[in-house]
Amino acid sequence: MVFEYAPAPESTKIVNLKSNYDLFIGGKFVKTKSGSTYKTINPATEEVLAEIIEASQKDVDEAVKAARRAYKTWSKLSGSERGKYLYRIARIIQERSRELAVLESMNNGKPIRESRDIDIPLVAAHFFHYAGWADKLDYAGLGKNPQALGVAGQIIPWNFPLLMLSWKIAPALAAGNTVVLKPAETTPLTAMLFAEICQQAELPDGVVNIITGAGQTGQYLVNHPDIDKVAFTGSTEVGRLIAQSVSGTNKKVTLELGGKAANIVFDDAAMDQAVEGVVNGIFFNQGHVCCAGSRLLLQESISDEFLNLLYARMKTLRLGDPLDKNTDVGAINSASQLAKIKELSESGKSEGAQMWSAPCEIPNKGFWFAPTVFTNVSLSHRIAREEIFGPVLSVLTFRTPDEAIEKANNTPFGLSAGIWTEKGSRILEVAHKLRAGVIWANTFNKFDPTSPFGGYKESGYGREGGRHGLEPYLKAGK
Amino acid sequence: MNVLKDDPLVLPALLRDATNSDSALKKFLNGLSGVDKVGVEERVARLGTRSIKTTAKAEGIDLAIRMIDLTTLEGMDTKGKVKSLCAKAKRPDPLDPSVPSVAAVCVYSDLVSIAKENLSGTSIKVAAVATGFPSGRVSLAAKLQDTSDAVSQGADEIDMVIDRGAFHEGRFLDIYDQIQSIKQVCKAAHLKVILETGELKTYDNVKKASWIAMLAGADFIKTSTGKVQPAATLPVTLVMLQAIRDFELATHRRIGMKPAGGIKTTKDAMKYLVVLKETLGDNWMNPDMFRFGASSLLNDLLMQRQKMKNGAYSGPDYVTVD
Repeated sequence: MVFEYAPAPESTKIVNLKSNYDLFIGGKFVKTKSGSTYKTINPATEEVLAEIIEASQKDVDEAVKAARRAYKTWSKLSGSERGKYLYRIARIIQERSRELAVLESMNNGKPIRESRDIDIPLVAAHFFHYAGWADKLDYAGLGKNPQALGVAGQIIPWNFPLLMLSWKIAPALAAGNTVVLKPAETTPLTAMLFAEICQQAELPDGVVNIITGAGQTGQYLVNHPDIDKVAFTGSTEVGRLIAQSVSGTNKKVTLELGGKAANIVFDDAAMDQAVEGVVNGIFFNQGHVCCAGSRLLLQESISDEFLNLLYARMKTLRLGDPLDKNTDVGAINSASQLAKIKELSESGKSEGAQMWSAPCEIPNKGFWFAPTVFTNVSLSHRIAREEIFGPVLSVLTFRTPDEAIEKANNTPFGLSAGIWTEKGSRILEVAHKLRAGVIWANTFNKFDPTSPFGGYKESGYGREGGRHGLEPYLKAGK
Repeated sequence: MNVLKDDPLVLPALLRDATNSDSALKKFLNGLSGVDKVGVEERVARLGTRSIKTTAKAEGIDLAIRMIDLTTLEGMDTKGKVKSLCAKAKRPDPLDPSVPSVAAVCVYSDLVSIAKENLSGTSIKVAAVATGFPSGRVSLAAKLQDTSDAVSQGADEIDMVIDRGAFHEGRFLDIYDQIQSIKQVCKAAHLKVILETGELKTYDNVKKASWIAMLAGADFIKTSTGKVQPAATLPVTLVMLQAIRDFELATHRRIGMKPAGGIKTTKDAMKYLVVLKETLGDNWMNPDMFRFGASSLLNDLLMQRQKMKNGAYSGPDYVTVD
């Protein structure tokens, strides 16, 4: 091998990891009333990083009470005053971005290149964006002087821990709500660091409360009688349960759930950039992306040529140490997620699809899955219908634009889609007919705080981001 | 016209047909898949974040030195200037004999014999720019004369320019024919075809011009003369490398690549090597298949090399200015 890249690991020295983390309630770190603890690990090494509290019902109650108390004053602050705190948080996130990026990669397994260049900059951008909205709510399209809802219970997933936190907390606070947020069981650490940032920003006590734990803790939060709003991002299964448990209450709900996005490549696409877009669409963040382009719809006339380019490109993906600056594909977040990916891949093989995996060395420790492509997939296969949430691409072919649209829409989900063609009129026509909340043309997995994000059908309801992202946190004014 | 019968390059039938007529060539070139500007630039930006450290950097620096076409292309070039450039090409760092020689010295055609003389007994090649460099705005007869002058003086490599005017007029076959004519005059000398991408403007044009040059028998395709801004850029280089890969897939023939102009720092050079490695792979990671057209790059590589060796940055007074 010529010019083999030497290891280029990002130092972990910048992270001041504690051996255990308490709950963040009422502006202070407090011990649990009656909950137990569990250990959070680094999925790339299986090393224990810290001990975390599994919050009990009593803890959740304390957190909601703290948020309710804080709501009385926070919601009365002027918008510009609230904005000041959000700007301050945004700036601290920028200042501590390297620390946040390293910790995110340690706890989640994602490559440092992504946490450094994508996650953390977007987190800061979201706080900046909503900081700007705080004193302009009259222009949110909800009438004059719209009002905050009260206390929001927010539950976020493990795939983009801090980014999902920012999507939840920034608009809620800008609109005058206070929050109780539960990070995912496997990735609580950047949320705990965020709690420190709230203290550093001198955010009034109780405006942000962070409780850790698993599904049970989440249920306590969702079912708490004194919350006004539930915001959830995660699996469709859990989303369904949440929708059931809040029905008949006055709680407002937004759900951002699963997806099985079609990435449609037409024969007149810019070939190399489409290959790149397909790679970024499914292998970004190990495919742990709800809007991942997990179904490649390929025009039959170019399928051989395209797949050869795709395989060649995938051979250059570098899987390994998430903290190495040259890593493209990091670790799978947990043993249970790895088991799910393996189970679905096995089903793909047994249902007759053809499996090809990029030749990469799999480390001995940790949870890993090589970037994988399934060809000869038909729409009835489980790997074409169920969300794998891993680095696995299912390839289907089509002959005409109508067939592409039909196949793309033939899914219970409808979160995102991609269109690759050099023909502008085709982009407009196809986008118009796709039932998906986000449609990218000649690009994929692009996020921006100004742009609303959300899905159709089983991908959930409500929008996050931009002006639309304020609506779930406001009562319309007069 | 079909000169291909005399050409050692045997193209598959489909590609042979593509050069049968002006309209066939135009149709072929327009049938190539497009290039998305945003996507190309995003890809090189991402490759640009590769972290090249320690052993990789040391290897990359020596490889880059070995890939340099050390260039002087000034109206004020003299025999003395070429002489000292040759000395530098042979022994880039007088204090350190472990530094490898560069690949070639690149001069105007009237200075070829001087370069040849001063490089005799070495494996360093002499490249000559020809064909009315840099604008190419002279008759074909003059271009042929310019080329054969350089070849008869012993040039190992000819860096020709394409007729960009013809390109913008859509006279693709004229460009193809000219390259073929020059190629015949080159005889054994290697032919590098300069596209002058700064005047082609779009990535689609760069891709088309790359194909014209490769079909016509170029051994290398080269971005720029260095006289037009922008000269070499990473995205243009990526587009050309991908064209080279497509051409290899179609013909089993490997074409070399030479970005030229504007590559000044070690950091730049490492980025080019990253793009090369991750696009074409190890088969291209050598001076037979990849060159840097540069002059000031060499000194920055030498300074970085000294720094890696001695642990301290020496500064520009510790490398020679030739």
